[in-house]
Amino acid sequence: MPHKPSQVRVYGVVYVALLLLLALTVEAARHDLGHWNFVVAALIAAVKALLIALYFMHVRDSTSLIKLVVAAGLLWLCILFSLSLADYWTRAWL
Amino acid sequence: MSRELPAAAASPLAHQFDDLPQQREADEMGMWIFLCTEIMFFGGLFLAYTIYRTQDEAAFAAASHELDLFWGTVNTAVLMTSSLTMALAGHAAEASRRKQTAFLLLATLVLGSVFIGIKGQEYYHKYLHGLMPLWGLPFEWQGTSRGHAELFFDLYFLMTGVHALHMLIGLGILVVLIVNASRGGLLGEFSAPIHITGLYWHFVDIVWVFLFPLLYLIGAH
Repeated sequence: MPHKPSQVRVYGVVYVALLLLLALTVEAARHDLGHWNFVVAALIAAVKALLIALYFMHVRDSTSLIKLVVAAGLLWLCILFSLSLADYWTRAWL
Repeated sequence: MSRELPAAAASPLAHQFDDLPQQREADEMGMWIFLCTEIMFFGGLFLAYTIYRTQDEAAFAAASHELDLFWGTVNTAVLMTSSLTMALAGHAAEASRRKQTAFLLLATLVLGSVFIGIKGQEYYHKYLHGLMPLWGLPFEWQGTSRGHAELFFDLYFLMTGVHALHMLIGLGILVVLIVNASRGGLLGEFSAPIHITGLYWHFVDIVWVFLFPLLYLIGAH
């Protein structure tokens, strides 16, 4: 039977992971990877945000209703970005 | 009937809820709805950043190079540590450990204040170097693409400034929590305010997680 790790231990592991990701993103930024610099930095930031949301903010153990609210927030953010950038990136004469 | 009133006053359950899990879910959902509005609020700023950066990536990288990567990294670590102490404070409150809860909340307050202090010192250096294009202050930019470099610093001060304002509000709430927790409130079934404040605090942390690479890292190499 899988043993559920204590909450304090989970927080500790997430915290160490966040610090390692911070070191990784700073180190990656010191090298010139061309356009990949931005992709790597954005990906690492997304993983960090996901860790904080899932474990520090307990979204992982939340009810479906809470998960739905979080997803709705992100959906609206996607609408904001995709519609605005669709304009700015495809209609250069504006 | 008169027997019910003192019992109701001491109960952690507000009368409109069936049970504690339902109340807890409502508490959390209320904060998450507020955070959704915050996602859109900061989202607009991130969108403005994206649009102006794609117009002149070289200018944004050159302007970003002027930021202090060392202090930015230290501040990120400080903020993450404060998120850890905040999460642990919620755990301690649930376990009704009064001293530990108050100590962890105090640690969060101190770490948050350190973050604001470092931020203020960075602002002061930008002011000294003429890189604070606010309130008609001179913008002394030596490189090319002056316009977009100035836009970068406008966005830097706007985004980190609004973020710092959220931190200050969080610090104010923490003071109230510390006073209540050290008096023995907010423990066990009464710990909801600490969890709700934690959600807010972690959200502000997440905003910084994206601000840090966008502002400090794009010009690091």
